[in-house]
Amino acid sequence: MLYNEPSPLETRVVSKRFGLPNSASLDTYLATDGFKAFLKAREMTPEQIIDEVKASALRGRGGAGFPTGLKWSFVPRNSPKPRVIVINADESEPGTCKDRLLIEYDPHQLIEGILIAGLAVDAHRGYIYIRGEYRYLIEHMNAALAEAYSRGYLGKNIAGTGFDFDLYTHSGAGAYECGEETALLDSLEGKRGIPRMKPPFPAVAGAWGLPTLLNNVETFSAAPAIIRDGGAAFAALGTPKNGGTRLVCISGHVNKPGVYELPLGFPMMKAINEVAGGMRDGRKLKAVVPGGSSCPLLRADECDILMDYDTLAKIGSMLGSGGMVVLDETTDMVKFALRIMRFYAHESCGWCIPCREGTTWLRKILTRFDEGGGRREDIALLGELSRNMLGRTFCALGDAAAMPTISIVDKFADDFVKRLAPEAVTA
Amino acid sequence: MTFSPQLEQRFTKMLASYPPGRERSAVVPMLIYAQDEVGAITPELIEEVARRCGIHPLQVDEVVGYYSMLHRQPLGKYHVQVCTNVSCLLVGGTELYEHAKKKLGIGHKEVTADGQFSLEEVECMGACSWAPAVEINYDFHHFVTPEKLDQLIDGLKKAH
Repeated sequence: MLYNEPSPLETRVVSKRFGLPNSASLDTYLATDGFKAFLKAREMTPEQIIDEVKASALRGRGGAGFPTGLKWSFVPRNSPKPRVIVINADESEPGTCKDRLLIEYDPHQLIEGILIAGLAVDAHRGYIYIRGEYRYLIEHMNAALAEAYSRGYLGKNIAGTGFDFDLYTHSGAGAYECGEETALLDSLEGKRGIPRMKPPFPAVAGAWGLPTLLNNVETFSAAPAIIRDGGAAFAALGTPKNGGTRLVCISGHVNKPGVYELPLGFPMMKAINEVAGGMRDGRKLKAVVPGGSSCPLLRADECDILMDYDTLAKIGSMLGSGGMVVLDETTDMVKFALRIMRFYAHESCGWCIPCREGTTWLRKILTRFDEGGGRREDIALLGELSRNMLGRTFCALGDAAAMPTISIVDKFADDFVKRLAPEAVTA
Repeated sequence: MTFSPQLEQRFTKMLASYPPGRERSAVVPMLIYAQDEVGAITPELIEEVARRCGIHPLQVDEVVGYYSMLHRQPLGKYHVQVCTNVSCLLVGGTELYEHAKKKLGIGHKEVTADGQFSLEEVECMGACSWAPAVEINYDFHHFVTPEKLDQLIDGLKKAH
């Protein structure tokens, strides 16, 4: 059973098997174009596969939106060291709940996407890093891997093509930071998830110092459709440089929250009003978190836009991980900002001082504000502290904490003024 | 220390899944699976995981301190995790957590006197579009209301 009703406005490419009977079984997969793309890719050169992915204009679905074909091209295929593929299934960006579905309903599509990447970068080993909270998915994925092995779609001489690939799952144990690719690699190596200095980038020296290709579950899951139907066909679904579709996780104050597959460039207001059934209780829209809690928030009047990476960047936000949180007029922005900061302060790994101290100070100021002790100068201080974190940390967590906070105090300053301590109002 | 045959089998497979000489990679998965069987990350367990992965116990210990799902003290038989992060917050997650505290008579990371239940306010667990969400041990529950949570907890009490 699906977690939410699909919408007729969806364009179902990576989610096309969601809802089919036994959609996770290899037989269903094979009966619905399964492994055709792998066999096609086997007849192509690595350059041709990568060119096809470049032509698709697929961009990383984990959050950063980096062009996938380009990332694949960075992995040195001629390296004397074996290449490794790592699949980021550490889905933990608040607002995001899509990779769960891709593993639950279509694990063989993910396997096929990984195999195509294996052909593209000449890798023969892969690890699916799944967050510890998703235990049922680890067992589910293990069952899919076992089925693929038993039927010759993993292991030696896959489908008689002479290509070998071993794929494993790896459990996390609760750490948002491990969604950051280099922290994930440290975690995979059995350490605390602390981000690494870059360069070297994982493509050159990743897991165990080996050249590593690391992408999100959804990114790999898009590869079979791209190879099967062609990069140009996938690209044409979206807007220029923003190819294809993506799973948008709509949550918050809407009538029909859910995960929906929409083409890049889909109008945001149409997503809210038609796909997600409009605002709950007929209330007015106040703000939208466009792509997970790390993204700067949009005011209601900024939401009449097309949802693609470049449009969001142009208005100073991000499409991020696809976690779209919709806030109505009743939302207390002080509480909202505090909850975001409690999260980042909890998840900061502590490695970089601006992030470790910054998130903690911000949490304390926001807590005081929420408890009725807000001073007028705190509003500017929240923005100033946040700005001092930007760009001053090893990984993006510091920025991820600062960016939404800056947008909230800048765009919703009135909400803070209304919550000032009584003595601050009269002062 | 020995584990159940099923877990021993899992560990054998796990250690073989990493490149030769990289057995340390099994530390985190080994700890979380062992915790489920042992009940907590005990000093003996740390020694055992260190021995199996070929590293110093201190190197395991520092890993334990980092991951939020690893616990040095036993949790309740049923660990109730209520998400209050943004998507849940907007649709009653905080009220649900307050309700859970009252219902169980315990607070964040506390265990009931009979050891049956523990409670934790957790960060986003990936159920945002079906919020508010609760995870009891490893089972997800979506669109949870206070009434639904009462039913879940009462059902588990009866099952005991």
